[in-house]
Amino acid sequence: MSERDQEVNLRQRLSGLSRLPLLRGARVEGEAERLEKQLERLKADTSDESIWRSVELARHPERPYTLDYVARFVDDWLELHGDRSRADDGALVTGLGKIDGRTVAIVGHQKGRDVKERLDRQFGMAYPEGYHKAMRVMEIAERFQLPVVALVDTPGAYPGVAAEQHGQGGAIARSQAAMARLTVPTVACIIGEGGSGGAVALAVADRVLMQENAIYSVITPEGCAAILWRDAGEAKKAAAAFKPDALHCLDLGVIDGIVPEPPGGAQTDHDAAARYLKSALVEALEDLDDTPGDELRRRRRAKFRGMGVFA
Amino acid sequence: MSEPRIDVQVEHRHAPPPTDARHPNTCPKCGSHYRDDELAGALWVCAHCGYHFPMRARARVEWYADPGSFQEEAAGVRSEDPLDFFDLRPYVERLAEAELNTGQGEAMVVGHATLDGHPIELAVMDFAFLGGSMGSAVGEKFSRACDAAAERGTPLIAVPSSGGARMQEGILSLMQLPKTVCAVEDMHDARVPLIVVMTHPTTAGVLASFASLGDVTIAEPGALIAFTGPRVVQQTTREKLPEDFGLAEQNLRFGHLDAIVPRAEQRDYLSRALRLFT
Repeated sequence: MSERDQEVNLRQRLSGLSRLPLLRGARVEGEAERLEKQLERLKADTSDESIWRSVELARHPERPYTLDYVARFVDDWLELHGDRSRADDGALVTGLGKIDGRTVAIVGHQKGRDVKERLDRQFGMAYPEGYHKAMRVMEIAERFQLPVVALVDTPGAYPGVAAEQHGQGGAIARSQAAMARLTVPTVACIIGEGGSGGAVALAVADRVLMQENAIYSVITPEGCAAILWRDAGEAKKAAAAFKPDALHCLDLGVIDGIVPEPPGGAQTDHDAAARYLKSALVEALEDLDDTPGDELRRRRRAKFRGMGVFA
Repeated sequence: MSEPRIDVQVEHRHAPPPTDARHPNTCPKCGSHYRDDELAGALWVCAHCGYHFPMRARARVEWYADPGSFQEEAAGVRSEDPLDFFDLRPYVERLAEAELNTGQGEAMVVGHATLDGHPIELAVMDFAFLGGSMGSAVGEKFSRACDAAAERGTPLIAVPSSGGARMQEGILSLMQLPKTVCAVEDMHDARVPLIVVMTHPTTAGVLASFASLGDVTIAEPGALIAFTGPRVVQQTTREKLPEDFGLAEQNLRFGHLDAIVPRAEQRDYLSRALRLFT
C-alpha cells in the first residue's frame, strides 16, 4: 500500500470513529475533553506495541470484573444460580437487577480475584453448565420482556474432559442461537478478554461494545503462535498479525462502539470505568427502546449475517 | 568371529525427525493398503477393519446426490485477506496453494440436488482445503445454502469436516460462528430442517456453531467431535484422557448424537429421514 493510500485509509477510519455516539454519555459528566484526547491517542496509535499493551491491560489482574461493575451500577441485584440440570458454574454469573431504573437480565463471565476464587471460578472459563445457566436467564428475559446485558471477559470456554463430555461446542452454539431468537433489546460489552467461542456465545447482541483496552479474538495470541509459528513465545507477533484490539474490531465492523476507560486502563479507577460503562449501556438500551421485538431480531440476525470479507 | 559393524546412526544425526510417512492409501488402523480405485469403490472405507478414510467434498456430493442432479451454487465465493495476514507465510499464498492442491475454491461445496428423488440442499466441507477451516467465504457459502434451502423449502444436509475457525482471518473468522447460527435460525423459522453428518474431524468453531444445531445429527464412526481437541486438553489441564476422548462413540454415549452411521449406510439413513420431513 502506498503512503497516500495509507493516509486515505487512516482518514476513513477516523471519520468512522468520530461518528460514534460513544462519548455522549461521558459528556454529561463534563469529562469530554480529556476522553476525546484519549481517543485521539487511540486513533493515532495502533502499532504492534499498542496492540500488545491492550492484551496486557485486558488481562490485568486488577481489572474490574462483572461483579465489580454490578456492585457499582446495578441496583436491587438478585444473582440467580445454577442451570437447573447439573451445576452452578462460577465462571459465569447471571441475575436480575436495575440499571438506571429499569430491570434487566445480566449475564457475564467472572474471573476470580485471589487464588482460591480463581480456582473456584476456573479463571472465567465456563463449562457448558455456565452457558446453560445463561440461556435459562435469557428465557426469563424473553418471558418478561427484559433487556439483556452481557459482560464478556473470558480467555475461552473451559478446555477440559468433563466440559467436552457435557457438550461444550453444542452449548456455545445453542447459546448463540438463543440470543439470535430473543425479541428483547440486547447489549454486550467485552470488558476484558473476549476469547473465542466462549466469548461470542454471549455476544450475539443488537449492540456489541468493547472497552478501550479490551481484546476480542478467535484464539489466544499464545494459541495462535503455537499453531502458526509453532512457538507460543511468539505471542506478540501473533497478536500483531490477528489484531484483537478494539479499534481493529471496530474497523472490521465486528463491534458497534468503543467504551472509554480511565487513563492508564480500567484497573486504575474502577469507579470511573464503571461510570463510562454504565452510560454506554444506558445509551445503547435507550437507542433500542422504540424498535419492535421482531424488528430487533431481524436486524440483529442481518447484522451478523453480513459479517465477513470475501470475493 | 563377529562381523565388524558399521554404525550408520552417525549419518542420520542431523536428519529430520521421522515423520508420519504413511501413504494416504494405507489404513492407519490396520495397515491394509489399497489402490485408488479400490478405495473409491469402497467409499474410502477400509474393507478389512472399517476405518473411514477422509472423503473429499466433491466425491461425497457426487455420492449423496442422485446422478446428474447436483447443481452447484455460490461456486465463485472466495476468501480475501482483510488483515494482510502473515505468519511464516502470507495467507494469500496459503490460499493459492490450497486451491492448486485441492482443485477447490474454498473449504465448502454447496448446491442443490435430489437424494432418492427427495430435493435437498447440500453444504459439504473439504478438510483438504486448509484443514476445512471456516473463514468468511465458508460462512457466506453456508449462509447462502440456508437461504436457498429456505426458499425452496428443501431440507439442508450439512457435512462438517473442520479444524475450526480460520485464524488467518482473525476476529472475522470468529464472527462466522454467529453468522452461520443466525442463518440456521432464519432457515428454521421457515420450517426447513437441518440434518448434520459429522465427519472426522468436527471441532472448535464449526462444532460451536451450525454443526451443533441439527434437527437430526449423526456421525461417522471414529470421527473426532470436540470443541477442544485432545492435545490441547492434555496440555492445558494435565488431565488423564479417557481412551475414546472426543470420539463419535463417546459423543453418542453422552447424548450429543442421534446415531453413528457407517458410510455405506448413510444414504439409506438420510433417505429415511428425508421421507419424514417431506
